[in-house]
Amino acid sequence: MVKLKKDKLIVDKKKFNSRLIVGTGKYKSMSECAKAIKLSGAEIVTVAIRRVNISDKKKPLLMDYIDPKKITYLPNTAGCFNSEEALRTLRLAREIGGWKLVKLEVLGDKKNLFPDMIETLKSTEVLTKEGFKVMVYCNDDPLMAKRLENVGACAIMPLAAPIGSGLGIQNTTNIKIIRSQTKLPLIIDAGLGQASDAVIAMELGCDGVLVNTAIAKAKKPFQMALAFKNGVIAGRESFLAGRIKKSLYGSPSSPKTGLI
Amino acid sequence: MKKIKKIKIKINGNLSTINDDLSLLSYLKKIKIPLKKVAIELNKEIIDKNKLGKIKLRKNDKIEIVHFIGGG
Repeated sequence: MVKLKKDKLIVDKKKFNSRLIVGTGKYKSMSECAKAIKLSGAEIVTVAIRRVNISDKKKPLLMDYIDPKKITYLPNTAGCFNSEEALRTLRLAREIGGWKLVKLEVLGDKKNLFPDMIETLKSTEVLTKEGFKVMVYCNDDPLMAKRLENVGACAIMPLAAPIGSGLGIQNTTNIKIIRSQTKLPLIIDAGLGQASDAVIAMELGCDGVLVNTAIAKAKKPFQMALAFKNGVIAGRESFLAGRIKKSLYGSPSSPKTGLI
Repeated sequence: MKKIKKIKIKINGNLSTINDDLSLLSYLKKIKIPLKKVAIELNKEIIDKNKLGKIKLRKNDKIEIVHFIGGG
């Protein structure tokens, strides 16, 4: 455990104790969302950018429940289906209060919510040139991950499975390949369903995971927030500890000598 | 008494009739927008919040005001 205290998630030179990033959507209420985040230990939360409700300004504001001075807001382009929309959204997000660290998500298909990688790549390049630090939601495709890195992404965020599907990591091989080729933070984004999925991601050597639906829509979101917190810690420790080699045959745990 | 002319603008997709002599700043203050928590676009151009007072609203202007909400 002592070693873990020094083991931090570093994104754009900023250090975070927690390797769990939590989304703030789909909760029953703002207070439920705030409590789940607290229990998860997350220090980064993703947020969406939408129109202010002009007719009902008494509606609770996210910032009243989650203090952006204490928790890092990661503006996200969820819901954008082309580069133009994504760029507009993030430029607005920056204007709200100087947010430069952002999550880019350009979707290509309304049914499976897979990313449109052509638009994503284009947007990453533009945003990086404009001074944004871009964490990029992408396919679990090593070639595309490399191209994103080449145009200046500050973190690679491949999906485990379609957003909100809860299917868990579908292609561990590709995640391993992406891990082996990049020193950038590698964060599994989307598709996790339960805490063991986070353990697997961390054991593959990922730097973190991003979870929203699996916590927000669990029967008991607070308990699931804790489960993910512990899962990420367990997975990271397991990765750092170094697993044993797999063998086809048994190897007794007790000494063979001194048998009666 | 001189009658103040009214103009129509669009704010977050909704039509609104306002006095012709308003600056963007005074309009946003009038409708109680928490300026520190939002970003403002006027006719698809992001507006520096320090310059809101210098911008006079014109007929058919389109204002977008956005903020952070819960999302994944």
